Amino acid sequence: MMAWRSAALAAVLAGVLIAPAQAGTLRWAPQRDIVSMDPYSFGDTFTLSVLNHVYEGLVRYDSKLQIEPALAESWEVVNPTTWRFHLRKGVKFHDGADFTADDVLASLKRVSDPNSPLRGNLPSYVSSSKVDDYTVDIIVTENYPLLLNDLTNIHIFDQGWLVANKAEAPTDVAKGVEGYATSHANGTGPFKFISRKPDAETVFEVNPNWWDKRKHNVDRIVMTPITSAATRVAALISGEIDFTNQAPLQDIPRLEASSDLKVLSNSELRTIFFVMNQTPKAFESDVTDKNPLQDIKVRQALYHAIDADAIQKVVMAGLSRTTGSLVSPAIPGYVPELDKRLSYDPELAKKLLAEAGYPNGFSFSFLCRNTEFVNEEQICQAVSAMWARVGLRPNLNLGPTTIQDAKFDAGQFDVGTLGWANEPMIDSYSILVQVVHSKTGNAGVFNWGGWKDAEIDALIDKAGATVDRDERLALQAKALLRANELSMFIPVHQQPMAWATGANIESVLQLSDNKPRHWLTRMAE
Amino acid sequence: MLLLIIKRMANAIFVILAVSLLAFTIFKFLGDPVQLMLNPQATQQERDLLTERLGLNDPVPVQFAKFVFNAARGEFGMSYRNQMPVMEVIAERFPATFELVLVSSILALLIGLPLGVFAAIRGGTVMARVFHLISMIGVSVPAFVIGIMLILVFSIELKWLPAFGRGKVVDLGFWTTGFLTPSGRAALVMPSISLALFQISFIMRLVTAEMLEVLRTDFIRFAKARGLKARAIYFRHGLRNCMMPVVTMTGMLIGDLIAFTLVTEIVFQWPGMGFLFVQSVQYVDIPVMAAYLMIVCCIFITINLIVDLIYVVVDPRVDQLVRGGGNGH
Repeated sequence: MMAWRSAALAAVLAGVLIAPAQAGTLRWAPQRDIVSMDPYSFGDTFTLSVLNHVYEGLVRYDSKLQIEPALAESWEVVNPTTWRFHLRKGVKFHDGADFTADDVLASLKRVSDPNSPLRGNLPSYVSSSKVDDYTVDIIVTENYPLLLNDLTNIHIFDQGWLVANKAEAPTDVAKGVEGYATSHANGTGPFKFISRKPDAETVFEVNPNWWDKRKHNVDRIVMTPITSAATRVAALISGEIDFTNQAPLQDIPRLEASSDLKVLSNSELRTIFFVMNQTPKAFESDVTDKNPLQDIKVRQALYHAIDADAIQKVVMAGLSRTTGSLVSPAIPGYVPELDKRLSYDPELAKKLLAEAGYPNGFSFSFLCRNTEFVNEEQICQAVSAMWARVGLRPNLNLGPTTIQDAKFDAGQFDVGTLGWANEPMIDSYSILVQVVHSKTGNAGVFNWGGWKDAEIDALIDKAGATVDRDERLALQAKALLRANELSMFIPVHQQPMAWATGANIESVLQLSDNKPRHWLTRMAE
Repeated sequence: MLLLIIKRMANAIFVILAVSLLAFTIFKFLGDPVQLMLNPQATQQERDLLTERLGLNDPVPVQFAKFVFNAARGEFGMSYRNQMPVMEVIAERFPATFELVLVSSILALLIGLPLGVFAAIRGGTVMARVFHLISMIGVSVPAFVIGIMLILVFSIELKWLPAFGRGKVVDLGFWTTGFLTPSGRAALVMPSISLALFQISFIMRLVTAEMLEVLRTDFIRFAKARGLKARAIYFRHGLRNCMMPVVTMTGMLIGDLIAFTLVTEIVFQWPGMGFLFVQSVQYVDIPVMAAYLMIVCCIFITINLIVDLIYVVVDPRVDQLVRGGGNGH
């Protein structure tokens, strides 16, 4: 009897130990932690999206992913190289300092420093100057059209704060320079940074003096990353967390079955596609004197052999968006006509292979990661089987991202996967210049297949120097059309994203860029 | 005793060098941290620049020499991922792992030893069989499965214990501890049980086997004949004589515990060194991985040294053996 009683007592005591939900506190468990509090230290989309709660840019994306004013109220193009920004007045940083032109200059200087890892996010930047306390001129390379897109992700620091804490230059890992901004923050955003224990807990509190109208009712955000999918789901079901921006796909039916929980799923911006190496000789194949993938018939055969619907239903639990387009519909530059896939037709694939001179197929290396895209490993296994059915002999090579990407970079593959979200630019120019354009100068960093097509390059280069949006998007559409005609890539789908919320959350806004925006979140009162 | 220590230390330096070389060469094949640090939009030129600045273009022997030289001064550089000095990052995580391993080892000894003795002297009873069965499960079911089962029962169904994290910790300046708050102690329960279960079972089985061996020997029979109390026979004479392998294995097990925390820390989102290591592998955070391996290597060596010294205390014959005196029995 006594034993039972003390057990019951222990249970009651222990029951208290699970942190109870508090009104106004949003407990958020992402799958991994942000890497730093310094928005210029890492080119990581998720980190930037979290820091956007504390820091803001001159412009931002609205709820339709269109650019709207943020710290800048308006802007105009003075001449082909000069943009003039009129800053918002009366904005204060969290430490009380006023937001002025000097802050913008100091931030631009910091982000464009030769040692800044985020420099690539502002590729066209030349210099900037102060016109008056609330007007700034930014000089860019001639006719650069995407400055506003780039500026959405350049968060603005307070100059006085940077100087006082000797953080005017970016953190330098190579030289062992630790930055004050790595573990401290002072922005203008809707939330103030309170404390941080890496991989354990980061806390934000509402900024009562935010310049924008407060639409949310979140007083406090406690972000505790949970890496293990099973544990994250458990924490959600047991009510220890209110929100996750990474609900594991395999657990979605289970989460939906629970009456308290809601799952928000959709396809995100990232398109997954296959890349085919164009070197004169195949990397690892029984065809040793040439590269079958240089033949368009072979590339189309590979395409026709893929049953994309089966992948969507079986591998992706019906949550992906099967596509024939290299960019998602939400990306400016998307062309609906290009979103039609080549038919799934194994017989035609066999016929095309025979016509190309490979009636018995051929072997090739098929490089995939097991840690990068949603269910990438399973996608590759399924597609390997589909290709085997038409007589091809893919050798599937799986490994972690960091190892596989080095092989991709070195051209040690025949066929492989790549995913592109066009972040942070949110414009098809991103994929065109980085993936489709030939490797020349700064372009084509991810042109792993080694494509070199003069016509496409010319179109992309021209788009990169066209300020008029419609004209530019028309050029980009032409470039995408050309890529389609050549069957340069085999698109698979836009991958799914899934968020889940607990009973305390009334609504969260989910856009296809997969970024949580808790300044628009409503909690149950 | 001093000679023993000197001999061991000389061995240790050799082992540390070997481990550092091994660690270093493995990491050279791990891939490219630059890819992870930059935005996909970064240009080739920016990639090359960062590679150069991180010293990744130096020849491997040069990188290794730099590494050993700096490591000798406790200088492991900056973490690529956390952008903080590596030693600071590790010092921040060490208390979490240490407290977890400490509680698990205590659990393992406190439960494993008595159960082992019980199973030996009450062999054949129903209770002993039940313990035997549980210990079978303990050694054969992996820690992460046990962790997830515990979460399922105590977090989801009963809602008694938190599924993740360390709870509220108290910062003592040089150390953060979860022992001082109720939520910190609650958070320790499931991770330490799932981590300790294997060790409990292992120690129990080991003690049982050793005890059965010792109980068959003549001196126990004589002790019984002399009419000594059962407790004195079993614990003072019996248990003490089977402590040698138990001490060795416990030392090894503490090493294992540190290694196994990798899995447990991932399951329970325990912000310790194992978790840090796994994250570092994903980010190719070479300085942290290298430092972690070196530190774990040093911990292993220290534990081994301590085990050797305990030997001498438990069994003086060992010291004589090392000195080369042939007077041992």
